[in-house]
Amino acid sequence: MKKKDMVVVNRLSVHYHGNLALKDVSFSVNRGSIVGVIGPNGAGKSTLMKAMLGLERSKGTVSFFDQPIKEIRKNIAYVPQRNTIDWDFPVRVLDVVLMGRYMHIPWFMFTRKADKLRAMVALKKVGMEEFANRQIGELSGGQQQRVFIARALSQDSDLFFLDEPFVGIDVKSEEIIVNLLHELRNQGKTIFVIHHDLSKVEKYFDQLVLLNQELIHAGNVKDVYSAENLKRAYQGSAALMKEGKELVVVNP
Amino acid sequence: MIGQISSFIDQLVRYQYLQNAMLAAILVGIICGVIGCFIILRGMALMGDAISHAVLPGVVIAYMLGASFFIGAVITGVLTALSIGYISQNSRIKEDSAIGIMFTAMFALGIVMITGLQGTSVDLWHILFGNVLAVSKVDLWITVGIGAFVLLAVVLFYRPLLLSTFDETMAKASGLPVKFIHYMLMLLLSLVTVASLQTVGIVLVVAMLITPGATAYLLTDRFPVMLLLSAFFGVVSAVAGIFFSVIYDVSSGASIVLVASILFLFALFFSPKQGIIPRMLRTPIQQG
Repeated sequence: MKKKDMVVVNRLSVHYHGNLALKDVSFSVNRGSIVGVIGPNGAGKSTLMKAMLGLERSKGTVSFFDQPIKEIRKNIAYVPQRNTIDWDFPVRVLDVVLMGRYMHIPWFMFTRKADKLRAMVALKKVGMEEFANRQIGELSGGQQQRVFIARALSQDSDLFFLDEPFVGIDVKSEEIIVNLLHELRNQGKTIFVIHHDLSKVEKYFDQLVLLNQELIHAGNVKDVYSAENLKRAYQGSAALMKEGKELVVVNP
Repeated sequence: MIGQISSFIDQLVRYQYLQNAMLAAILVGIICGVIGCFIILRGMALMGDAISHAVLPGVVIAYMLGASFFIGAVITGVLTALSIGYISQNSRIKEDSAIGIMFTAMFALGIVMITGLQGTSVDLWHILFGNVLAVSKVDLWITVGIGAFVLLAVVLFYRPLLLSTFDETMAKASGLPVKFIHYMLMLLLSLVTVASLQTVGIVLVVAMLITPGATAYLLTDRFPVMLLLSAFFGVVSAVAGIFFSVIYDVSSGASIVLVASILFLFALFFSPKQGIIPRMLRTPIQQG
């Protein structure tokens, strides 16, 4: 695989007020894969994502398809953790999805009809088109998450970053989102997902980045998702896995 | 009441100074309402209060140098915003404390300067509480200029402003200069404050920023509508406030703010969707 088709993280470190939050993390993933970023609470999963996006002061380098973050900003869709959003904000569902189009609209122009159509197509994809005129706070958690996924879709990006997209959402929404992510992956998009529920890791992801401040292991799910690695990451308080084969105590 | 209104209109037609006052107050109502929406949604009400108080020393220095007090006020306003940012980013002091420290310091500096200048014609009372009836033609033109600039900036940068207000992380991730936008907003805030100096005065500017916007926030779920409603309530407060101030011969700034506050109370209790009373009526009565 050439660098042109990879996301390469090289010796990435982040300090918070003198404390090391992320230590010397290096890994690479291929274009067209769904990458799960997993690890215990406080492992630096969000920090890693923010550092990769250049939102956090860090040491080390990150290259996306052989380009620095600066060059591909417009090509990145980001879905924030649900609890960072003010759900009383006076915007409707369609307004939020339209925000995904903002980087495509020249600054001197009004929002165009084509952008609205694109937003509606994205809403349809997540099954939320009937809710286009609702205020975002009137939706359930899963519906809210689907709206933000629709926003990411409407950006027409090649790279997706999702911060804990499955926390506090219903089964149906989770299924819709997972199917969509797989569809995107099949179109050659590269998707990073922060995730902390270990039970579905094997079903959801192609590659894993297992973290606990430093990199425990990164690579194909099969190689990373082993009892030994998880024990190292979770230090005893780990999770149940691989029915029948081996058990690690669950104690999150 | 009808007699009072016709007498007010009569005076309005007859006196130039009242026309100037009315136009200035309407403009201030509009721009305060618009900028106020962003201030509210960014949770920066305290910042609005801070910037408005912090322009005082700038006004006094400009007066001493014989320069336009608009320039002095804008410089101290932005300087205060920058130093609040500097303190909260470079020490363990949180932003609200940094705001509290900086704006009282600047305000105190202004008061010391004014009291030191005793014998001159800088009138502390008028700067603090406004004197809309003393708006001159030049003041009015400056207000028009500021108003045009602020509204143009909001229209041109509507999308970046909205996105960075709603979802800062995504705004940053997609490459928007979020910090720059913040300080631009502080610049606009200083400009709006200066424009409001004569109408409502430093102490009450924050009411014009927050109250109409908050009223609008209770009435709509759409941001563009909130902007329009907020500007509308700003204008209604301005007009009604000046009316009461002329008829009952009371402070104009305070009257304007009181009208805005009463409008807010109405929205708080009677807004169809968010109002306390309609919401109470909607909750099903508990059985048993």
